[in-house]
Amino acid sequence: MSTETTPIVEINGVSKRFGSFAAVDNVTLSIGQGEFFALLGPSGCGKTTLLRMLAGLELPTEGRLIIDGQDMSGVPANQRPVNMVFQSYAVFPHMSVLDNVGYGLKVSGVQRPEIRERAQEALALVKLGDFGQRMPDQLSGGQRQRVALARALVKRPKVLLLDEPLSALDAKLREQMRLELVNLQETVGITFVIVTHDQDEALSMASRIAVMEAGQVRQLAPPAELYEFPKTRFVADFIGSVNMFEGRVEAVEKDVIRLACPGLERPIEVEQTDTPPVGATAWAALRPEKIEISKEPPSDPTENATPGRIEEITYLGEVSIYHVRVSEALPLVKVAMANVDRVTRRPFTWEDEVYLSWTRQCGVVLDR
Amino acid sequence: MEDWRRTPLVFWVTSLPPTLWLVVFFLIPLALVWVMSFGELDGLIDIKITGTLANYARALDPLYLEVFGKSLVFAGFTTVISLLVGFPVALAIVFASPRWRPILLLLVILPFWTNLLIRTYALIAVLRVRGFANFSLEWLWDQGNTVLALMGLGSYQLLGDRFEPLELLYNNTAVVIGLVYVHMPFMILPLYAALERLDRSLIEAALDLGASQFRAFLTVVVPLALPGIISGGILVFIPALGSFLTPDLLGGTDSQMIANVIERQFKGANDWPFGAALSFLLMYLTFAALTVRALVNRRAERRGGA
Repeated sequence: MSTETTPIVEINGVSKRFGSFAAVDNVTLSIGQGEFFALLGPSGCGKTTLLRMLAGLELPTEGRLIIDGQDMSGVPANQRPVNMVFQSYAVFPHMSVLDNVGYGLKVSGVQRPEIRERAQEALALVKLGDFGQRMPDQLSGGQRQRVALARALVKRPKVLLLDEPLSALDAKLREQMRLELVNLQETVGITFVIVTHDQDEALSMASRIAVMEAGQVRQLAPPAELYEFPKTRFVADFIGSVNMFEGRVEAVEKDVIRLACPGLERPIEVEQTDTPPVGATAWAALRPEKIEISKEPPSDPTENATPGRIEEITYLGEVSIYHVRVSEALPLVKVAMANVDRVTRRPFTWEDEVYLSWTRQCGVVLDR
Repeated sequence: MEDWRRTPLVFWVTSLPPTLWLVVFFLIPLALVWVMSFGELDGLIDIKITGTLANYARALDPLYLEVFGKSLVFAGFTTVISLLVGFPVALAIVFASPRWRPILLLLVILPFWTNLLIRTYALIAVLRVRGFANFSLEWLWDQGNTVLALMGLGSYQLLGDRFEPLELLYNNTAVVIGLVYVHMPFMILPLYAALERLDRSLIEAALDLGASQFRAFLTVVVPLALPGIISGGILVFIPALGSFLTPDLLGGTDSQMIANVIERQFKGANDWPFGAALSFLLMYLTFAALTVRALVNRRAERRGGA
């Protein structure tokens, strides 16, 4: 699923200003029918404001929003073909679960028997079939969230908007809900637009992700592309963990960039089609899990390599992060290694003199 | 809550002064009045406690029942009008910008800084025949006539041949206006407290689900503000029911409330036993109102509403 499908949401040069501050700054993007679309960014990047503008809870200062081919200017929140799952869930505390789910149908004038039937159906969809008579204060956080989901889905919106839907859940439940949300989206076939500050969440659920910073979309791509080929240092740093080497582009030969980095003996070589000009300042971004640690220098001379000393080891269960000093002038380099063996049989330990190596296909060179 | 068991000394020392105060200045005088309500006059000043129920029997005379009824109606109107006026005001304060909120709240409680008597006289200056309300109306009448004259309709005297000032003072309306004015803060403040706690996203959720603004107000805001509505209602109804100054100064001959009658028994009529009986009947009425609140609250709790 990508932009080739018919767009259900078109955001056209949309800005939202509060005084001189632009919460959303000239954003243009389109979301395809049936997509699971994520707006990802740190807090204050404008992602929630953008979502609320789609819902009609905020009005854009500039630009146009088109949902399902219809211009949303002047269409109030209660007439838009979208529904929202709020961060706080906003489950009505004075209504039973069934009344909560049926609320949207009731205010739209649907007949009572149909309300019951559809609300019950929606509750079954989120596995709360037997909870209709409960009051919200008798539910756990996860169950309340399911109520909010059912309440929004029962209206059969063109687009379901989710504002940080998993942030209030504990880690285990969050992981389970990610999977369930993806399954749910496949079942109902409705376009989901989710706002999150959690990169794992966006990577694991979304078909495409827009990374936002300071009100602007920095990069819009499918998860793997975003992770492997970030376009800016911000995106590289925000999505996952990254080692950044600043340097000067020394030469470009046959799509191989040679980046001279102060502090490293050899320039870093990266294979890349889109290259900055020779002489420009650039940064090599390298994921910790793409670097290998060995006692001996690599045999392949085309491989990047640098000596270093292990200064710190962080044990994270499934992986350990080795912090390696390659130069006094550079920050410690993070290297992730799966803990295949038990920790006591770790191949390397503190103060070990080692070689770090990585191929030319790993990492990217960024010029901004 | 069980802490006092571990430090009983602290508990007794801290609770003794207020308890003594309540007993000496509240419970004992109240008990005296209660006992007095079963007595009869003996001569001009002496009261003999005979255990008679004659005072209560007399209080149930249609004459007094009517005054009780009228007091209930006045207090009821006052409560409803305060609610209808106070709710939008409380909502406006809640939705005002944080910079304005304390100022608006201050304006609500500002009247408390002035003595009730002075405020009531000020209201007389507004409502009397040659008062500010009528001045304003007369000014409007003049302007209306000027406009009509300009339109060439001046000679028809469509607004009457002269301005008739409204009789705004010394009647039932004046009493209710005065009571609403005096008690409005007691309605607005609990409403504000209830509405301020209301999660805005609940209103947004209602709108998002397709409810009109009005529907969202009725189905989400009002039910969740119910504790505030009930508290405000009680805080207005009970003092309004026992009002004495407002009907005395603003009311006409037929807008006396029960407190005026009680006052007259204790002073002019010098019939303390009967005044005591009326007082206690008023208190029982108040208890009844509080019971209604307790019942409503319990039902709201059973429904799970917070």
